[in-house]
Amino acid sequence: MDDMSSRKPNALDLHVPAPRARPGDKPDFSGWSFPEPGDTPRPDIDEPAHDLREYAYGLIRVMDMEGNALGPWTPQISPEKLRRAINYMLLTRAYDERMHRAQRQGKTSFYMQCLGEEAIAIAQTMALNADDMCFPSYRQQGILIARDYPLIDMMHQVYSNASDPMKGRQLPVMYSSKKDAFFTISGNLATQVPQAVGWAMASAYSGDGRIASTWLGEGSTAEGDFHAAMTFAAVYKAPVIINVVNNQWAISSFQGIAGGENTTFAARGVGYGMPPLRVDGNDFLAVYAVTQWAAARARANLGPTLIEHFSYRAGPHSTSDDPARYRPGDEARMWPLGDPIERLKTHLISLGEWSEEQHKAAHEAALETVRTTGREAEKVGVLGPEAPPTHTRASMFEDVYKEMPWHLRQQRDEHGV
Amino acid sequence: MASMTMIQALNSALDTMMERDPNVLTFGEDVGYFGGVFKVTEHLQTKYGKKRCFDAPINENGIAAVAVGMAAYGLRPVIEIQFADYMYPAYDQLVSEAARIRYRSAGDFTVPMTVRMPYGGGIRGGQTHSQSPESLFTHVAGLKTVIPSTPYDAKGLLISCIEDDDPTIFMEPKRIYNGPFDGFHDRQVSPWSKHAASDVPEGYYKIPLGKANIVRPGEAVTVLAYGTMVHVALAAAKESGIDAEVIDLRTLVPVDIETIVASVEKTGRCVIVHEATRTSGYGAELSALVQEHCFYKLEAPIERVTGYDTPYPHSLEWEYFPTPPRIIKAMRRVTEV
Repeated sequence: MDDMSSRKPNALDLHVPAPRARPGDKPDFSGWSFPEPGDTPRPDIDEPAHDLREYAYGLIRVMDMEGNALGPWTPQISPEKLRRAINYMLLTRAYDERMHRAQRQGKTSFYMQCLGEEAIAIAQTMALNADDMCFPSYRQQGILIARDYPLIDMMHQVYSNASDPMKGRQLPVMYSSKKDAFFTISGNLATQVPQAVGWAMASAYSGDGRIASTWLGEGSTAEGDFHAAMTFAAVYKAPVIINVVNNQWAISSFQGIAGGENTTFAARGVGYGMPPLRVDGNDFLAVYAVTQWAAARARANLGPTLIEHFSYRAGPHSTSDDPARYRPGDEARMWPLGDPIERLKTHLISLGEWSEEQHKAAHEAALETVRTTGREAEKVGVLGPEAPPTHTRASMFEDVYKEMPWHLRQQRDEHGV
Repeated sequence: MASMTMIQALNSALDTMMERDPNVLTFGEDVGYFGGVFKVTEHLQTKYGKKRCFDAPINENGIAAVAVGMAAYGLRPVIEIQFADYMYPAYDQLVSEAARIRYRSAGDFTVPMTVRMPYGGGIRGGQTHSQSPESLFTHVAGLKTVIPSTPYDAKGLLISCIEDDDPTIFMEPKRIYNGPFDGFHDRQVSPWSKHAASDVPEGYYKIPLGKANIVRPGEAVTVLAYGTMVHVALAAAKESGIDAEVIDLRTLVPVDIETIVASVEKTGRCVIVHEATRTSGYGAELSALVQEHCFYKLEAPIERVTGYDTPYPHSLEWEYFPTPPRIIKAMRRVTEV
């Protein structure tokens, strides 16, 4: 194949995208340019989708790096609510850190952090109503935290212990809580996206006022499910927000492998006639503002919105991979749009509503909460190599169907339980 | 009572349930205005409005996923996959999602959806309009698989599926939509109106899932069948004069093991008939069950009469189709032991 003499004069060449930097290289963000914070206009919520196409190629930003909130997208949020937000973000990060370590200590099989992406789930949850239905991927634990779901139940789930609400059936982090309008997480990628569209259609069908919101990574926008979701959402004007969290990496594959070399992920909305908003995912205020816009549009029966959250996955994909094997180690630190917690902190301090001391105390309080809650959860049990499963063996056969059919009863009996 | 074809009976089941329960709605390709390519949803859009019976984009993946989301909301969606052969893009949503949501959420969320799909050959449909993929569903924990063989059963079973709180796969033997085809393709098919099971009540009734029906009592051999093959098996018994006990399974999962065992213990012989390909087909499961439960009563090896392990051929359709002569040969082999 490499013998050029045998190549045809019109020989084609296969293009396989590759990231600019791999381990050992310097992170390279050269040539990237973003609109300035405050520069992007805010359209009315009833603006026709075809007039919104340019938003797919820009980036909605509110906060500058000095913490000033600028421009028409600046949301009206009380300082009290912003302090709540930063506390949720700190708690999420502390929780992630502890559970990641717990896996390393052999207390569970698996864990996934959302390091660097905390603003997305938390700002969006705080912008939505408490009963709006969320269909998350596995990296939106911030939704449960911002809905004040008991942290200990999240830990019980991760430990698959006797108090795990999922009865030890699911891989850690695959939470479910119907009462908190949080759909059971699948683990198969993007399947939740068209399901969210169906839920939203059902809400509209039933004359309900609730909307749905769903999240997937940029990598899984390549799945057919995403395109099915976009088609159905657009066709039936479903009251749903479809969030693509572009954190640049799908395990070891950079976003170019999902099609990001040629266009933005927000631009997927253009072909479906859906408003395509592209937002700085590390800017709490901007994420909050676009979510409010999309939610108001959906509630006005004007249909779905696609939001691309431009962010960076600062941690590994999961406890099963080492990012140092596929990307430069300091890429996260060099990310041009900063860290979401630091940026909200800077903003709050610039407002005079927060201080370094308060931040330190809040950080300590979050660490203490996960420490004490963690100890309580571990008393119930962990999923260690030596720890026996804490659910009854017979429970394995339950909940396959509403009523257990004869063949499962027989298999349960054969198993001697 | 009215005389109905299977199509009319299915339409009546949907009509009955949409009338009774505002949470029941139906959608699929060409299902709305046109009433479906086989007319199972005819007039439903006119009667119930386009929000309750509507056309879907040509995307089975999306149709199934949207139904999962609707069912999780609390509706009882009934979706039509235009041909069972088009089911594969929906398979992940059915297998990884619909089937497991109750289990994975420990009962927090449930998915009471019904997936209708016409299946089977003998209609000159070629390899993309003739398949019988039932074993791809019976293999999946969390799904129930149901196949009717008469208009009366079709309505009662479909209503049971719609009211079931778990996802159900309802496979419609399209070769017998308009009459009980008996496998003799060169003979005239009698219409459903001449068949007793075309007497279908206009209103609500159910046939419980998991209950088989002995459609022909007999002593010589048990024949296990479902869908179109029930009628082919009956024709084989009639043609041969063999006193076969023909059992219409009606539900494949959960299967009515008691009826099967009682029959095979009586006859000591068993022939299994299905149109699907043989290897890892549902007949393999039936054969294993009969062996496990009835081994010491068996007088002869269990026989399978099935489609061959080839794609469904177009011009050689009647070579592939398990016709009465093939069933008769199998019955003779097991009864002459």
